[in-house]
Amino acid sequence: MRRPLYSERGDHIESADPVRVSRYRGLTRLNHWVTAISLIVLALSGLAFFSPYLYFLTWLFGGGQIARWLHPFVGVLLFFSFLLLFVQMWRLNLPKPEDTTWVANIGDVVTGHEERLPELGKYNAGQKFIFWAMTILIVVLIVSGIMMWEQYFAEFVPIPVRRVATLIHSLSAVAIILVFILHVFAAFWVRGTLRAMTQGDVTGGWAWRHHRKWLREVAGREGRDAAE
Amino acid sequence: MTETAPQPTTAAANPPVQPMESNLLPSDVVRASATPDLPQPTRQLTKIAKLIDVSKCIGCKACQAACVEWNDTNPAIGENTGVYENPHDLTPDMFTLMRFSEWDNPATNELEWLIRKDGCMHCEDPGCLKACPAPGAIVQYSNGIVDFIHENCIGCGYCVTGCPFDIPRISKVDNTSYKCTLCSDRVAVGQGPACAKACPTKAIVFGTKEDMVAHANDRVEDLKSRGYENAGIYDPQGVGGTHVFYVLHHADKPSLYSDLPDNPRISPIVEGWKGVTKTAGMAVMGVAAAGAVLMGLFSRNKVEPEEEIAAERLVRDREEL
Repeated sequence: MRRPLYSERGDHIESADPVRVSRYRGLTRLNHWVTAISLIVLALSGLAFFSPYLYFLTWLFGGGQIARWLHPFVGVLLFFSFLLLFVQMWRLNLPKPEDTTWVANIGDVVTGHEERLPELGKYNAGQKFIFWAMTILIVVLIVSGIMMWEQYFAEFVPIPVRRVATLIHSLSAVAIILVFILHVFAAFWVRGTLRAMTQGDVTGGWAWRHHRKWLREVAGREGRDAAE
Repeated sequence: MTETAPQPTTAAANPPVQPMESNLLPSDVVRASATPDLPQPTRQLTKIAKLIDVSKCIGCKACQAACVEWNDTNPAIGENTGVYENPHDLTPDMFTLMRFSEWDNPATNELEWLIRKDGCMHCEDPGCLKACPAPGAIVQYSNGIVDFIHENCIGCGYCVTGCPFDIPRISKVDNTSYKCTLCSDRVAVGQGPACAKACPTKAIVFGTKEDMVAHANDRVEDLKSRGYENAGIYDPQGVGGTHVFYVLHHADKPSLYSDLPDNPRISPIVEGWKGVTKTAGMAVMGVAAAGAVLMGLFSRNKVEPEEEIAAERLVRDREEL
């Protein structure tokens, strides 16, 4: 079978009336939530070390020593968990010509006039931005994080290098928290999105409004399969 | 009733024998790590200092032995690798270390054996304290002592990146950071540091910073009269001066002495991380979070009923193909 252009092979119409489209299978959702919880744990423990005003957050983990111990291990977990997501999602997150139009008309997105924009595949340019920003920042964070992992790697990294790694780690941590805020905001603001990562499906109207090319491809494929 | 210990002005005197109340109190802390609004002490202790005159040092390591003895540390027994340093570096159990370097002086064509007692310099502007994220894990007293409070230390190693002298060492046993305390527990009860007390040549002396500077100036003058024209004091102003400082016979080239930094200062990278990155980062994250909540409350992107119908039509039509 030809590789689909705008959807994953597993995406399918779950029911026709009302229309429900399967967007993420259970494993992908589990994978996403392991990543999400890791990121939240990392942000909370990391912020505690970032500012004295947030040091109280170490209380969530049972104290500063435990937070310091836990943070890097969760970082490794997040890296591998995200790696699995990356393998599943990178192809449909490659840029497409319609992304340029979407970005150029971001005002229409914000004001809710998506009918003025081109039809989109499984991801819009905003989602793609979040995907690639997360990818790059996670790589930067894991590399710089291991360099400053006192318990196991201190002897391998010269102190001047560790200083640079620490600065880069804190800058990219701020950046990834901003991307995280955007990601969570978008998931809430665009109503009907969250269920894609909880129940795994979206309504037909949601798919029609936000990802029509994806819907057309998924529906078309099922139509053909049914005819065969 | 016990009396409060006097502030020590020398390490040479024998300690008082009667019990004494500590004279170095939590209320004497002028700066504490990750504690931006620390109340300032009501009294100012006399600034103290330890002066290390490398020209008088004979490399006997009595200071190291006294340090281990007083602090009750147990440095691991090492292996001889053909150099005099023992152990080979500062460790969580060895707060001070004699470092030996050989230098062929081009001016005199003579081999000079330069011995320096390495350890915490007790900076007036301590990089470790600035870098530390754990409230109260590193404190600076008004007499100049910079001390690690182990129960607050989380073992992250940020002090290592903050220090311009590569001093703190993190213990693998309790995961906290160790360094010379300037014998704060001895100073608290009117005594000088153990190393100064043990030094047989008075290469290490202890007293008020003022007295020590005066003594150091005498020593520099004496060294100059003996032909060491570049003799001088190493009390680096890049870190605001230090409460452990040196008399060097080659003060023009501190790096001769086992890489003593020529111009130590807190790395600008550390300053940038703890300064603008922290402030701007907190502001940006706060604004973004607040903005997201506000926009989320006042607007939304909702699917219209006719879009559901359009989707149903699409799916139905395809299935009928």
